[in-house]
Amino acid sequence: MAARFRAPGFYRAALMMLGGVLFATALTWIVRMATGHATFHHYLSPDAILTVSLIAVPLAFLVGIGGFDYWFYWAAGRATRPEDHSSHGASSWKDYFRINTDHKVIGVQYTVNSFFFLLVGGLIAMLMRAQLAQPGSHFVDGNTFNGLFSVHASLLIFLFIIPVFAGLGNFVIPLMIGAPDMAFPRLNALSFWLLPVAGLMMLGSFFAPGGAFADGWTAYAPLSVNAPIGQTFFALGVQFAGASSIMTALNFLVTIITMRAPGMSFFRMPLLVWANFATSLLVVIATPFIAASQFFVLLDRALGFNFFNAAKGGDVLMYQHVFWFYSHPAVYIMMLPGFGIISEVIAVKARKPIFGYRMMAFSLLAIVGLGFTVWAHHMFTSGMAAWIRIPMAITTAVIAVPTGIKIFSWLATLWRGVLHLDTAMLFALGFLTTFTLGGISGVMLAMVPFDIHVSATYFIVAHIHYVLFGGSLMTIYAGVYYWFPKMTGRMYDERLGKWHFWTTFVFFNLTFGPMHILGLQGMPRRVSTYASQFADLNLFISIASFGLGLSTLLFIYNIITSWRGGPRAVGNPWRALTLEWQVSSPPPVFNFDRVPTVVGGPYEYGVPGAVHGIFAPAPSPTVADAGAGVVHAPSQ
Amino acid sequence: MGRQQRPIVIAAVSAVIAIAIGIVISYAIHWFPAQASTQAKESDTLYHVLVIASIPIFVIVVSVILYSVWQFHMKPGEELKDGPPIHGNTRLEVFWTAIPTVLLLGLVGYSFVVLRNNEKKPAHEIQIGVTGQQFAWSYQYPPSVTGGAAVNSNQLYVPKGTSVDFAMRSNDVIHAFWIPAFRLQEDVVPGITTHWRTTPTLTGDYPVVCNLLCGLGHSLMRSTVHVVPEAQFKAWIASQLSASSGGSTSGGASG
Repeated sequence: MAARFRAPGFYRAALMMLGGVLFATALTWIVRMATGHATFHHYLSPDAILTVSLIAVPLAFLVGIGGFDYWFYWAAGRATRPEDHSSHGASSWKDYFRINTDHKVIGVQYTVNSFFFLLVGGLIAMLMRAQLAQPGSHFVDGNTFNGLFSVHASLLIFLFIIPVFAGLGNFVIPLMIGAPDMAFPRLNALSFWLLPVAGLMMLGSFFAPGGAFADGWTAYAPLSVNAPIGQTFFALGVQFAGASSIMTALNFLVTIITMRAPGMSFFRMPLLVWANFATSLLVVIATPFIAASQFFVLLDRALGFNFFNAAKGGDVLMYQHVFWFYSHPAVYIMMLPGFGIISEVIAVKARKPIFGYRMMAFSLLAIVGLGFTVWAHHMFTSGMAAWIRIPMAITTAVIAVPTGIKIFSWLATLWRGVLHLDTAMLFALGFLTTFTLGGISGVMLAMVPFDIHVSATYFIVAHIHYVLFGGSLMTIYAGVYYWFPKMTGRMYDERLGKWHFWTTFVFFNLTFGPMHILGLQGMPRRVSTYASQFADLNLFISIASFGLGLSTLLFIYNIITSWRGGPRAVGNPWRALTLEWQVSSPPPVFNFDRVPTVVGGPYEYGVPGAVHGIFAPAPSPTVADAGAGVVHAPSQ
Repeated sequence: MGRQQRPIVIAAVSAVIAIAIGIVISYAIHWFPAQASTQAKESDTLYHVLVIASIPIFVIVVSVILYSVWQFHMKPGEELKDGPPIHGNTRLEVFWTAIPTVLLLGLVGYSFVVLRNNEKKPAHEIQIGVTGQQFAWSYQYPPSVTGGAAVNSNQLYVPKGTSVDFAMRSNDVIHAFWIPAFRLQEDVVPGITTHWRTTPTLTGDYPVVCNLLCGLGHSLMRSTVHVVPEAQFKAWIASQLSASSGGSTSGGASG
């Protein structure tokens, strides 16, 4: 029994977490006594204990589960287990519930965990639409409703879109670049286990006194400073999710820069690798800013720092600048990996090279650069200095150019191809449609006089869902269907997949399309009731949204049954050239029995005899040069 | 016209028709509530220009997708066939970089013209104070407007045809003072005074909405703006003055 509590795992984690609570209680008690909180009642402040516990307990859990074992052993000078990859691979489902350093296991952990939070976030959306089906309804009370939309957004941003891309990338990228694993496998494992911690903290806030955090995912100060303790769950949950993002981004950067197979130059990398490279730059640079914004709020809340107390010299607008300096680049963090997925899917399913590969890569980097210069377009009506609107409007309009280049290049890739219209491709084409609409409404929002009318209305709700659902989620579905055979070794049910696409596509547009009109007509977002003139459209939207919710069940059913009993997948069911398809499905524990050598571009479809990578020794230089010549041959 | 070109002609003609239909529909839809200020007029025109510029772009994207699905989908026997290895076309890429850049900069330039017109300070304007507080609005009419003592009311009356500068302050958290019929809003921020100005052009009662989450009662933080002729505005101010000299300082019944 005692051994169970000493070995890394859930038993030790539970014990450690108990220790965390005791530590938090003792610490706050001592500090409050020492700082003269006179009465016994005040020695034990539940809010103070809870706040410290929210830092101590998750850290204790991570220690208990074994996230730090190697480093602790090493720091203490004790014998470390050499990295023999003995914990690689998963032989049963239980292996997914322990610390595992195999990027393929971690990729699956990430993805499944993210989809769990997608379902929770989606269910929360259903509750919201039930409340909004009629004006003045009392399905939930006002405070609960504010909690619902806040948790909905926070879960889907921080626990679904951002990590699911990291999860798919985790599985695919080392395979794509011909590496045996990520550069830092232990960091990789730790970065995963931070996510359920962050997610459960955000969900757990519903059980906090005063209810869940209810100030939106934007958590604008000073409202968030004076909110009940649930807000602390957000302020600290974001730290864990953000730390996870940063760790993974560093891991991607080092892996992509240093672990590419021989011959894999930057311009022979698949565009998904480029996309994750670009995204990781954004994550590493931007994420500390949201961490800072929430630490400001936390310090204001817990210790009275008055960062955002105008009466004490605080600066309310500063919160928004710091917050959006992360949260605008975050929109690209949530979109660039999707661009990468679409490039992979469209090239393979249209059987053509990506049109304008280099511009596709450069446009990603352009978005990274420009992405840091547009944040205040979220603040056109914030009361900030008026002149800031001018440069921010220009950069916001200009950032549509590299995005447009990508859309047009995908269209040109389709042209004269041989289109395999399976589920992944349908989602890719659906994405092109809905994301174009989201991009158009985004350009409209760059126009300041128009934004002044619709800022913070349902038009924004429509826009963000066209970008994050019609954009990101469509690409995620495309990616999951595309790599499902590689990840699970099974084929999914194509017929169910197509049903899933069509129901999602139709109900998505029926749900979010009308929201544009609601916003233009004058309906604010984040309200639990509304003027009666908006009743008809809202009822329509609610009904459509339930259809959208049900369509997700087709996906879940398809994935679960196919994973359990789908037909066995061959190594390369799509006849793709990129390296991950040149190994078995699922791949061997160490990915490549022999290190591949890359001899050409990743998308040379239609080039007679073209290969991307070979597993034999590299050919003589003349042959390699000839291959490279084909890659860059101009079209006629 | 070769036989091969027939599908592409059909597609092009359909796209042009779709663009035309889209533009007609964009005029048929009642996008906005009442247009009750000079700013609303300018802003709505901008919106229509944006929609008209957007429709062709969207139609082109969708047309290419549908055309590709129609013409280039895999036919029986093509299971192992690949498309032609076209890697790019510099001229085309320069074209679709340059044209959107010019279009976007043109639109954003036009939006700045609208912005300047909408925010230009006129020769004559009155100032009305707005105070946001969880979860109600109150309005302050200074002596320069009332001609007597300052009036504080929870009712908002503005004269038609006169430029009004709203000076907005918050007593607690951030609110946003939004009048959809005027197409204008700005956050009401603790610690600073924010402004927007409008010239109402249409008499009537329009909703005032708090458009930034301000807490539990945010959904119901609504009020009404009464746009009235100048004479009626003066009369209402006079009634408020006499009411306040009669002892009431809050003035007016709620509503």
